[in-house]
Amino acid sequence: MRRVDGLLTIAQLTWLEARRRRIVLAGLLCGLAFLLVFASSVYFAQHYGTPAGTVSLLQQQMQLQVVTLAGLYAVNFLVVALAVMLPVDSLSGEILSGVMQTIASKPIRRAEIVIGKWLVYWVIIAAYIVLLAGGLVLLMRLITGFTQQHLPVALALMWLEATVLLSVSIAGGVCFTTVTNGIIAFSFYVVAFFGGWIEQIGVMMGNASARYVGTVISLVSPTDALWRLAMHLIQPPAMAQVQVTPFSPASVPSAAMVWWAVAFVIGVLAIAVRRFQKRAL
Amino acid sequence: MMTTVIETWALRKQFGSTVAVSDLSVCIRRGEVFGFLGPNGAGKTTSVKMLLGLVEPTSGGATVLGAPVGDRSCRARMGFLPEHFRFHDSLTGREFLRIHGRLLGLHGAPLERRIDDLLARVHLLEAAHRPLRQFSKGMVQRAGLAQALIGEPELVFLDEPTSGLDPLGRVLVRELIEELRARGATVFLNSHLLGEVEATCDRVAFVKQGRTVHELSLKESTAALEVELKADRTDSSTLNGLRNFAHDVRLDGSIVRLRVKSENVVPEIARWLVGQGIGIHGLGSRRKSLEEWFIEVMGEDQRPG
Repeated sequence: MRRVDGLLTIAQLTWLEARRRRIVLAGLLCGLAFLLVFASSVYFAQHYGTPAGTVSLLQQQMQLQVVTLAGLYAVNFLVVALAVMLPVDSLSGEILSGVMQTIASKPIRRAEIVIGKWLVYWVIIAAYIVLLAGGLVLLMRLITGFTQQHLPVALALMWLEATVLLSVSIAGGVCFTTVTNGIIAFSFYVVAFFGGWIEQIGVMMGNASARYVGTVISLVSPTDALWRLAMHLIQPPAMAQVQVTPFSPASVPSAAMVWWAVAFVIGVLAIAVRRFQKRAL
Repeated sequence: MMTTVIETWALRKQFGSTVAVSDLSVCIRRGEVFGFLGPNGAGKTTSVKMLLGLVEPTSGGATVLGAPVGDRSCRARMGFLPEHFRFHDSLTGREFLRIHGRLLGLHGAPLERRIDDLLARVHLLEAAHRPLRQFSKGMVQRAGLAQALIGEPELVFLDEPTSGLDPLGRVLVRELIEELRARGATVFLNSHLLGEVEATCDRVAFVKQGRTVHELSLKESTAALEVELKADRTDSSTLNGLRNFAHDVRLDGSIVRLRVKSENVVPEIARWLVGQGIGIHGLGSRRKSLEEWFIEVMGEDQRPG
């Protein structure tokens, strides 16, 4: 009971901090601004773009699918930025300023501090994904009538991708200063992004070495692999197979990558807790 | 019966090649107000952090409230005001105390009552709805004091508790320490303000280069009673005779300085000198100030920072 008590108090404190520092409000307003811009562009493309009757229904559906995927790509980038930035200062800042001293001197396990913060950010990220991606798909439907298939599984994978980055940023906050942590966590995403491209090129060119390098990078940083898997699952199989859009991956990660990512998150959090337990405050 | 609240033996902390605390050996009894004195960089704050479990000792050992240092359940019986009193400043004064109360396992109406009492005690009741970032430095420190006391601790660590306070705030801290003493709590006080330590502490330890070099009882400070004598004869036989009355006799120029156990010894010294036919030009006793002790123990090159 005491363990849950400490965890919930840290979670409550983290939520209050996020709200009072207007992090939640900023995320909400920026998300709504993004949806507004996206809706405007879709509206104008729908009403003033390709004249009616010049494309087939299939072509129109494909165009709408590509627009949705492009929108989700932007959403994914915003979610990645949130997952990195939200916790980047949380532990490192509190350790450096000394705020952590009064908290950690209470009868609370240090693991509760790490996990309590992580949980709140995890839920905020989930809400952000639902707001942005859900809002985007809803707007597409309202404006164009296009219905996106397999959305929940794609959102779950995006959430897992963000969870990986959140965990890396939390763990970095224990070991590094805020700026260093931010650089490392964001580089972690960028490296995976380019690793993904190396793997794609390897597959397309039939180069086993490039594919191998890309796969290894995906194992080290599985974020891009999760995004590619999400994009593969969300589009119609025919469209995914012909690879006519930049969002149709040539190399599709297997389902094992999901389990690897889950294990990765658990491992990174375990390291974060262990390091925090030993950390002089 | 006096019980030990803190006991350390050869406690040491090293950060890389830097030795922050080399040998901390102290024994603090229940109900004592214990002052911890030393120049900047002497390892005082690191020592407190080790006792609170915030920093893991490199070697040596300690027990706090009867449990090994860092024991989690014992931390519920402790309070701590850190030197740099930085807290979550987006919280209001009341929320801040509520969060820290809950971390101690307090809940509901008893917690709210305790918060009200403490806010009133540190004169922050009217400001309780404002976020800490709108507080003055002194107000934040008083909120920090309330935080340290919220769990009605048996042992309170106060690290420079008056650094941001005005004279009235300092009086408040002295009163709070007296209240803690009255209810039998133990106070571990780190302070550079020697006058404040002298006014509140029962006993002090001097720390130099990470080592406890001297301990002094201020309440029974017989060691601090010094007699100054100006006489017309200060030869070795006179000094030897004076040693019957004092445990330390020194000739400082033409003045003889003696450390005596009690002021009652002074008339005896006068009678003995007269009996020996030695003329007395001056004889008086005074207690050595803590500042003088500090300079003597630390050496002339060290000053309280």
